[in-house]
Amino acid sequence: MHAGLLGIEELDRAEIEAILARAKDFQPIQSQSLKKLDTLRGKMIVNLFYEASTRTRTSFEIAAKRLGADAVSITASGSSVSKGESLVDTLNTLAAMRPDAIVMRHAASGAPHFLARHLPAPIINAGDGTHEHPTQALLDARTILDRRASLEGLRVAIIGDIAHSRVARSNVHLLAKFGVEIVLCGPASLLPPELAELAPGVRLTTDIRQAIRDADVIMMLRVQLERQHEASFPASEYFRFYGLRLEHLDLAKPDAIVMHPGPINRGRELSSEVADFQRSVILNQVENGIAVRMAVLERVIG
Amino acid sequence: MAILIRNGRVLDPASRTDRVADVLIVEGCIAGVAAGLSAPKAEVIDASGMIVAPGFIDMHVHLREPGFEHAETIESGSRAAAAGGFTSICCMPNTKPVNDSATVTSYIVERARSQAVVNVFPIGAVTKGSAGEELAAIGAMKAAGAVAISDDGQPVTNSRVMRRAMEFARSYDLPVIDHCEDLGLSAGGDMHEGAQSVRWGLRGIPSAAEDTMVARDLLLAELTGARCHIAHISTRNAVAMVAHARRHGIAATCEATPHHFTLSDREMAAYDSNYKMKPPLRGPADRAAVAAGLASGAIDAIATDHAPHPGSEKMQEFERCPFGIIGLETAVALALEELVRPGRISLSRMVELFTTGPESVMRLGRGTLAPGAPGDVTVFSTGVSWTYDVNQSFSRSRNSPFDGRAFRGGPMVTVVNGQVVWRRA
Repeated sequence: MHAGLLGIEELDRAEIEAILARAKDFQPIQSQSLKKLDTLRGKMIVNLFYEASTRTRTSFEIAAKRLGADAVSITASGSSVSKGESLVDTLNTLAAMRPDAIVMRHAASGAPHFLARHLPAPIINAGDGTHEHPTQALLDARTILDRRASLEGLRVAIIGDIAHSRVARSNVHLLAKFGVEIVLCGPASLLPPELAELAPGVRLTTDIRQAIRDADVIMMLRVQLERQHEASFPASEYFRFYGLRLEHLDLAKPDAIVMHPGPINRGRELSSEVADFQRSVILNQVENGIAVRMAVLERVIG
Repeated sequence: MAILIRNGRVLDPASRTDRVADVLIVEGCIAGVAAGLSAPKAEVIDASGMIVAPGFIDMHVHLREPGFEHAETIESGSRAAAAGGFTSICCMPNTKPVNDSATVTSYIVERARSQAVVNVFPIGAVTKGSAGEELAAIGAMKAAGAVAISDDGQPVTNSRVMRRAMEFARSYDLPVIDHCEDLGLSAGGDMHEGAQSVRWGLRGIPSAAEDTMVARDLLLAELTGARCHIAHISTRNAVAMVAHARRHGIAATCEATPHHFTLSDREMAAYDSNYKMKPPLRGPADRAAVAAGLASGAIDAIATDHAPHPGSEKMQEFERCPFGIIGLETAVALALEELVRPGRISLSRMVELFTTGPESVMRLGRGTLAPGAPGDVTVFSTGVSWTYDVNQSFSRSRNSPFDGRAFRGGPMVTVVNGQVVWRRA
C-alpha cells in the first residue's frame, strides 16, 4: 500500500474492505469509559489544516489520541504560512521533525499529491480542494454498512453542489468499486456532464425527485458558498428546487437513510425536519468518523 | 571564413530542392548548393546521412529579458534555440518593461547583437503596457526592428481596440499575433475543461474560451484587411475556423506548438505543473485536429511558445503555478517523432513548418538556401538516439514535461550567419 492515503480512487476494494472492517473493531471503544489504546504509543501525528475545519480536525485528533499517539494541530493562520513561506518549505520543515504521519487539509486540489512526491513522511489527505476527501467516504460507507448487509446493488443519490464537492468525488469512487448505482443530482451549472465518466454506474439528473426515487441512501451535500468561485445558481431559489424536504422521502425506499457530511445548513440544502428525521444518520457519521480515522492511522503508521 | 556542409540530403522547400548535395557558405551567406563543391579553406562539416535545411525559425518564444533574467536571458534563450536547431527566434513583448516602445525594442536588438548566438527578432506590444487600452507606438517599434505586434498572454479584450490595432498594423504591413483567450470564460481555470479536470477537481478552461476569440479575430481580419495570426492554436473548432476563413480570402495564419500536437489532457501527470500552460493541453480529438491541420496546411508553422519559469515558481500547488513550459530544445525531435515517423507528414512538410511557414508570416528574409540568402542552416538527423535531460538545458529554467524522454532524431549542427553556433556533442 502507498505510504499514506491520498484518495479513494487509487485504493482497491480489498484495501477499502480492510479499513472498514478494522473501523468496526474500533466502534465499541467509542462508548467505553476507558477509550484509550496504546497501538500507536510514541508515534507523532501532525494535523496541518490550511483550511478552517472543526469537525475533521477534531476527529483526527481524537482518533490519534485514542490510539495512544501524540498529535499536534497547526492551522494556517498564525503559522509560517501567513509569513509567506511556500507549501514545500513548510512541509519540509515539519518533515524534518520526523512525524510519523502528516494529516493535511488544503484548499488547492492536489496539494497533498504534489507534496507526496517531494516528502518522505506519509501524508493522509483530510480534504484537498474540490478533489477528494477519502476519510469522509470511508466513514460514509461504514455508516451505510451499519444498516445494510452490503453495498452491492444499493441505490445512492448524492444531491447538491457536485462540481465543487470533494465528498461527492470520494464517495463516487468508493461506491462504484462496490457496484452501487449512483445518481448525482444538482442544477446543471453544478453538474458537469463529465462527472458521468468518473466511475462506472454513475448517472446524472437535474431533477431531485428522479434522483430520490427508490434510493436506499440520500446523501445531501453542503452547499459551499465559500467554494463557489462565481455565481453558478441564484442562492435565493436553491432550496425550492434542490433542498430536501420530508415529502421527498416518500419517493425513496421505505427504510432509506439520509446522510450529510456536515456542517448542515438548515433551510438551505435540507429542511430542519429532515435534519431531525429519525432515519437521518448525520450524527452516526460523526461518530464513525473517529473509528474510521483510527483504522486509517493504524494502517498508515502501524 | 567559409563553411562547406558536405554530402547531406539538402531539403529546401523554398527552392524545391531535395537531393544529396553540398552547401557552401561564404562570408555569412549561402554561396551555392551543388554536388561536389570544393572550397580549400572552408571548415568542412560532414553531413552524410543527415538532412541539411534552411535555418529553422521559431516565431514564438519568451526570452524574459529585460526584467525576468532569473528565468531566462536573451543569451541563455538563444543558446537553447541553437541547441534546438533554431537559427532565428521571435520574442514576445511581455518583459518588464513591456516591449511597447522603440526604446525597449532597440534595447532587445542591441542585447541580442552582443549576447545572442542566433538571430533575435522582437515582437512589439499591441497596446501600451499590454493593458489593452491605448495603442503602442507600433510604427516606431517597427522602425526599431519589431517584426510583428502581439499582446501575447494578456490578450486585447476590447474588440474596438483590436479592430484599431489591426487597421493600424496594416498600414505598416505588420502581422497581428493574437493569443486567443476570452478571459471571462477562462478565469480561474488551470487546465482544459473536460473529464480530466472534473476528475482532479481542477477548474477548467473550456475550448470555447479560445474559439470565441479566434472567431472574433477572423471577423476583424475580414473587416480590416489586416494580417491576423493565431498563436498556439489548440482546439478542433479553432483549426476549422481558420481554414474556413482562409477559403474565404481572409489573411489569417496560425501556428501550433509541439506540446499541443504531442500531448492531450489524458497524458498529464496529476498535479504536475510541467503540464500547465495556456492554452491548456486539450482533449485527444483536439490534439488529433492540430496534427491533421499541420499535415493539411491549415496550420502554417510550428512554434514552441518557449516559456521559462524558475523552479521556485513551478514548485507550488498546481493552481498557484504560472502557465508555460520551455520547448526550444525538444521541438524538432517531437516533430520528427510525433508527425514524421507515424507518417502524418513528410520530412519536407516538417521543414516547411519550421522555415517557409513562419517566414511567410514574419517576412524575416530567411528560411531558404537560395544563393545570397543569409547563411543560416539547420543540420538534423532522423536517426540519432538521445535523451532529453532538462538539467543539462541551456535555458535557465527547467519546466519541461519531456524531461527524461528518449528521442530518435534531432538537430545535429546549427549554423547562424555562417558561424557554427551549436553542434551535438
